Amino acid sequence: MPKSKKQTKSSKRQNDIEEQKVQIKSQLKQLGEKIYSDLNSQKFPTIHFPVRSVSNIVYDKKTKQYILGSRTVSRTASNIKHIRPFTQMTWLAFFANELMSNKKSSTLRDVYYSSQAYAVDYEDQPESDAIITDLESVISTARERLNIYPEERSAIFGDLDIEYTVPGYEGNRLNLSSHPDGYLIGPSLSTADFVSTSAEMIIAIEKGGLFNRFVEEKVHSKYKAIIIDTAGQAPRTTRYMLKRLHEELNLPVYIMTDGDVYGEHIAMVIVSGSAGAAHLRDLTVPSAKWLGIWASDIAKYKLPTIPMTEMDFKRVSELKRDPRYQKGVWSKELDVFMEIKAKCELEAFSKYGLTTIVDKYLPEKLEQAKSM
Amino acid sequence: MVLLSKTKTTFSGISPSEFFYRNRDLAGFSNPAKALYTATRELVENSLDACESAEILPNIYVRMTPVIDQLNASEPRTYQLKVSDNGPGIDPEKAPDAFGRVFYGSKYKLRQARGMFGMGGTMAVLYGQITTSKPVIIYTSIDGKKTHKFTLRIDIQKNEPVIIKKEIIEGKGTTGTTVELLLTGDSFRASAKVHDYFLESALVTPYAEISFIDAQGRLLYYPRSTTSLPKPPVETQPHPHGFDFEGMRRLIEDTKDKTLHKLLTNNFHRVGATTSTNFFKSAGIDPSGSPKDLAYESIVKMVDEMHSYESFLPPDSHCLSPLGRDILNAGIMSELSPEFSTIAIRPPSAYSGFPFIVEVGLAYGGNVGAGGVKLFRYANRIPLLYDEGSDIAWQVVKDLAIDKKRAYKIPDNAPLALITHVCSTKVPFKTAGKEFLADRPEIERELKNAVREVLRQLRLHLSRKSSQDAVKRRRDIYSKYLPLIAEFSKDLSGKKNLPNFQPMLKTYLEESEADN
Repeated sequence: MPKSKKQTKSSKRQNDIEEQKVQIKSQLKQLGEKIYSDLNSQKFPTIHFPVRSVSNIVYDKKTKQYILGSRTVSRTASNIKHIRPFTQMTWLAFFANELMSNKKSSTLRDVYYSSQAYAVDYEDQPESDAIITDLESVISTARERLNIYPEERSAIFGDLDIEYTVPGYEGNRLNLSSHPDGYLIGPSLSTADFVSTSAEMIIAIEKGGLFNRFVEEKVHSKYKAIIIDTAGQAPRTTRYMLKRLHEELNLPVYIMTDGDVYGEHIAMVIVSGSAGAAHLRDLTVPSAKWLGIWASDIAKYKLPTIPMTEMDFKRVSELKRDPRYQKGVWSKELDVFMEIKAKCELEAFSKYGLTTIVDKYLPEKLEQAKSM
Repeated sequence: MVLLSKTKTTFSGISPSEFFYRNRDLAGFSNPAKALYTATRELVENSLDACESAEILPNIYVRMTPVIDQLNASEPRTYQLKVSDNGPGIDPEKAPDAFGRVFYGSKYKLRQARGMFGMGGTMAVLYGQITTSKPVIIYTSIDGKKTHKFTLRIDIQKNEPVIIKKEIIEGKGTTGTTVELLLTGDSFRASAKVHDYFLESALVTPYAEISFIDAQGRLLYYPRSTTSLPKPPVETQPHPHGFDFEGMRRLIEDTKDKTLHKLLTNNFHRVGATTSTNFFKSAGIDPSGSPKDLAYESIVKMVDEMHSYESFLPPDSHCLSPLGRDILNAGIMSELSPEFSTIAIRPPSAYSGFPFIVEVGLAYGGNVGAGGVKLFRYANRIPLLYDEGSDIAWQVVKDLAIDKKRAYKIPDNAPLALITHVCSTKVPFKTAGKEFLADRPEIERELKNAVREVLRQLRLHLSRKSSQDAVKRRRDIYSKYLPLIAEFSKDLSGKKNLPNFQPMLKTYLEESEADN
């Protein structure tokens, strides 16, 4: 199949990224200078950042995602309860600055262990992770921009040429359909330049098994798609990747999940972000479409079901109160779940043969999505 | 209380020995386990009383051994109980009576004493004789040179000692008395109480050295931790408010006083001529009448008037012998080694004409051990081991130290022990078993005040301690983290030298110290 590849403006993106890095580093340095000069003038230093508790998370209709409200919190070294996290955050800012200056990357776990070398003590990794999120809020920058990545990695497969920008690999190119298991979406991949692609859409799928099936069934060539395994709730790197693929390659994003309320929310987080990352931007694809499995598909395709649990019902009623679930397919499908009191997995289609989901369901849903 | 006149007439017809023989349950000899405990305790208390009244620092030796041919017998079995003291010894003329007769006299005096009716030792002898048919052996020396050894039994019907053998042997150089008796006991079941008894006794008699060899041959040794003795109690006359009809009847029978006025001023506590005159005027009784002429109804009327007349002076407490701060503290320190201790001694008070003093000690932490409030109750220096839940002291402690513990900032499962001591010429035991105090409102009030006082001291200690802990924590935290912040901010901002944070750290630490 001849490829008609799109060219991206790679040099401009690299410039933007460099500019961003300079800006982030200067933010970190300013933070350090502020603390330094406060101490020098016998003042206990204080850092202000937005409150991230649920009470300060509001839904922003314009950006169609959750954002933080106007309330801020102070962390000051004069408070005995604050001085420890204050120290941790100062160290983290220093450590992130080191990572960026040396073009190194680190993982959440690695940051936690690195702290021990500096006599900064954390109780456990969650405490370290929370400080990282705090620093994200202080400088309004995702940890990935600070070269700190989560362990969780999802996979990508499809006809896309990328060019690495990470040190030691600059200029190296790779086609993401060269390896049938897919490629981990890690720091190197998510910062790579997109060189060219023949794909016309992105399909994000909730679980690895179906991702493999899609590769085997050649969905990437049949539908000209780049396939992404979100491995459950999509990690931030993956969401960032989806956004870049959508914006830089101008490709539509489609999402396939299990036919349950958690699947529906996995799709929603890709579309409009999560409450946990309300302090961050650039992680959403508002135009992404949830293909299914919808609750209404269960009856339509006569899929085998599992009864919904107490937890499922609770989650439905929680989401019913979420402003993003007030209309359209989101609201309608929640109602259907409540009505049929049943759910199903993507694998439910195996009842009609292993390829039915690709041969029958996918094209029908893609067709349906056009009108959404 | 030693008011020795009552039993004779109340139970005329049988001898006092016989009375106790028939009613031994009342005196704490209800079963072999309890009897072993009670006998031990009565003899030890006699010894302590003897030493204290002669102002001798007590050395008490107690041994409880199963007799040789019953070593492998099952409980209950026969034990030999031996209790030795270094007291003043007993006049050889009076020694047989002291242990062989349920003793009564014609005095009307009151004195704070451990003993029940001054005859706990005799009861132990009586019980031994009933259960084993063996005589008791008494050794006593009043000069250290000669020791008189008596082998005797009690003639229960006649209420008198029968001396089987009397010997004079060489003394050991010290005065003192030793009692050796055989009795049926159950040390397996008595063991826990007996051990508690010695521990709790040691807590309020730190001036005594007590060695106890238990039935398993283990030595429990309570060393002396102070050489100051409590002031010995003195005898006092009865107060009119606490005197009863039977006492009055016997007093009138025995008295040589010619007028009622003399009777009142000569025999009663804090009644002088003026008080007496005012009393008879108010009661409408002729003070110049002869006591012997009083009719039965008039005696009743006079006793009633004495109870209701409000202008008698309150009883004086000089006859009482509280433990005092030093002794109680020494006992708490040596037996509980607490992190904190405090003592409250209430001023003397009175109920129904009987003076009393409440002392409360508190021990926190150290060897007290966590697990909530432990209460050690004492009355006239006797540990009270049974029926804690019914005791007014327990009610007070429960109300304040358990139910209201938040008010005193007492943490859950606190390592807290309270020691309550009520001393009086007459301790209001609820039953003859001498195990718990009745809820007299006057005593309850003083207990409450004393317990509140020690708990307030505890609260002060705890809050002082927690603020000291807080200062230390603050010191540690700031000394650790502020230098780190300085270092990281230096590295992050790319400066060469550390910021000058030392002065502010110093000021901060000094201020937090000063706040405390």
